[in-house]
Amino acid sequence: MDAAVTVTGLVVDRGHRRVLHDLAFVVPPGQVTGLLGPSGSGKSTLLRALVGVQVVRSGEITVLGRPAGSASLRSRVGYVTQAPSVYADLTVRENARFFASLYGAGSAAADRAVADVGLGDAAGRLVRDLSSGQMGRASLACALLARPEVLLLDEPTVGLDPVLRVELWEQFHALAAAGTTLLVSSHVMDEAGRCDRLLLLREGRLLADSTPAALRARTGTDDLEEAFLRVVREQQAELPA
Amino acid sequence: MTAAPAVVRPGGHSHAAPGATTLAVTGRVLRQLRHDPRTIALLLVVPSLLLGLMDALWTEQPQVFDRVGLVMLAIFPFVVMFLVTSIAMLRERTSGTLERLLTTPLPRPALLLGYGAGFGLAAALQAAVTTAVGFGLLGLETAGPVGWVVVIAMVDAVLGVALGLLCSAFARSEFQAVQFMPVVVLPQVFLCGLLVPRELMAGWLQAISDVLPLTYAVDALQEVGSHPAATGRMAVDLAVVAGAALLALVLAAATLRRRTS
Repeated sequence: MDAAVTVTGLVVDRGHRRVLHDLAFVVPPGQVTGLLGPSGSGKSTLLRALVGVQVVRSGEITVLGRPAGSASLRSRVGYVTQAPSVYADLTVRENARFFASLYGAGSAAADRAVADVGLGDAAGRLVRDLSSGQMGRASLACALLARPEVLLLDEPTVGLDPVLRVELWEQFHALAAAGTTLLVSSHVMDEAGRCDRLLLLREGRLLADSTPAALRARTGTDDLEEAFLRVVREQQAELPA
Repeated sequence: MTAAPAVVRPGGHSHAAPGATTLAVTGRVLRQLRHDPRTIALLLVVPSLLLGLMDALWTEQPQVFDRVGLVMLAIFPFVVMFLVTSIAMLRERTSGTLERLLTTPLPRPALLLGYGAGFGLAAALQAAVTTAVGFGLLGLETAGPVGWVVVIAMVDAVLGVALGLLCSAFARSEFQAVQFMPVVVLPQVFLCGLLVPRELMAGWLQAISDVLPLTYAVDALQEVGSHPAATGRMAVDLAVVAGAALLALVLAAATLRRRTS
């Protein structure tokens, strides 16, 4: 199958600082790919570049066969920012129905997405009165309702309790099973094990493009946190002092 | 999450019609206002209270109140809508919803037109209330029909919305946004002919006054004030104000960058 996302030679500068250094990778369709790395490693910038709202210095990004940010991709690619980007002074339902109308999806699709993220009971509440975890899920619902073919999620599980986190990951895999391509960023390494594939990002460089199993085998440890550390040390050893 | 995981197949939505997305934005803006009753109350009541204050100020000189009060009907909605819109747009920017909107199929002109229509409607309501209070309770008098006063105030409010949208592109914080008000609005108020008749201004001030859109809104109101029927000059004035609003919306769309660093 064709790749859902292909990135070659991607360089991004913000101000005078280089944030992404010559990235190249491929995201296979219908899988959950994890974008793992510490805070400040460039995950959000990469996701913004994929969705076409980031000024890029050089490189090529192809999403579903088209240049990132193409008008025709806007109804096919869903993007959920790290900070919940929903209207605090609207109810969950009003938010969902507004975004649904932008995608030409009906209010039934909006209400279903709200129920799918477990906010059915809170649908009539103002977003500003929700907990931060609920806000994040409201924001997620507004992307799900468009039934995107590619879903880019920036740290969607931050601040969620463990039960919700597991349920959300189950939902991601259900979406992938139905054909959606997901790229999920996280700085929590214990989430790496839940991904089909892993991209490890550190200081704007791609350290690994692998599967959890292959990464464990390569580094000789079952602990992915430890595996990440070993990959970092490997790279540092390779660099001339 | 008690519901079973969603197993919805991706894709397959029809596209929203262009007009539908504009209406969706308008509806959303009005819904946000509806959840904020205090803002609605302020929008509707404050201009009338200020007009009442002016009436009291010029009790002995009702002809001054007729002149200044009438012009105020253009200035209030312009100022208020400029402020409300620039703050609303700035919130959209800082909350991340603007970036999100730019990744959806919503065209940028539809976003701005939707905003213009939403706040324009709110402004129409405000203009209707203020005009009703001015003419009904405070004894404001014009030679021409009051209906035109409401129309002029409305178009002027849309100008405020459009300039607010444009200026918010250059504001990075609420502090900056609020200070665009004196920069953009006050010179227009000073030079519109309210404080000093335009004929008495120095040539260069008149030249500046000539290119400021509020001048034309005020001139249109003065036409209504002094002529029993709608004049051609008033129509031209209104067209200039509407054209300036449209130009500001186009510029706002042009400055709304999809890609940022």
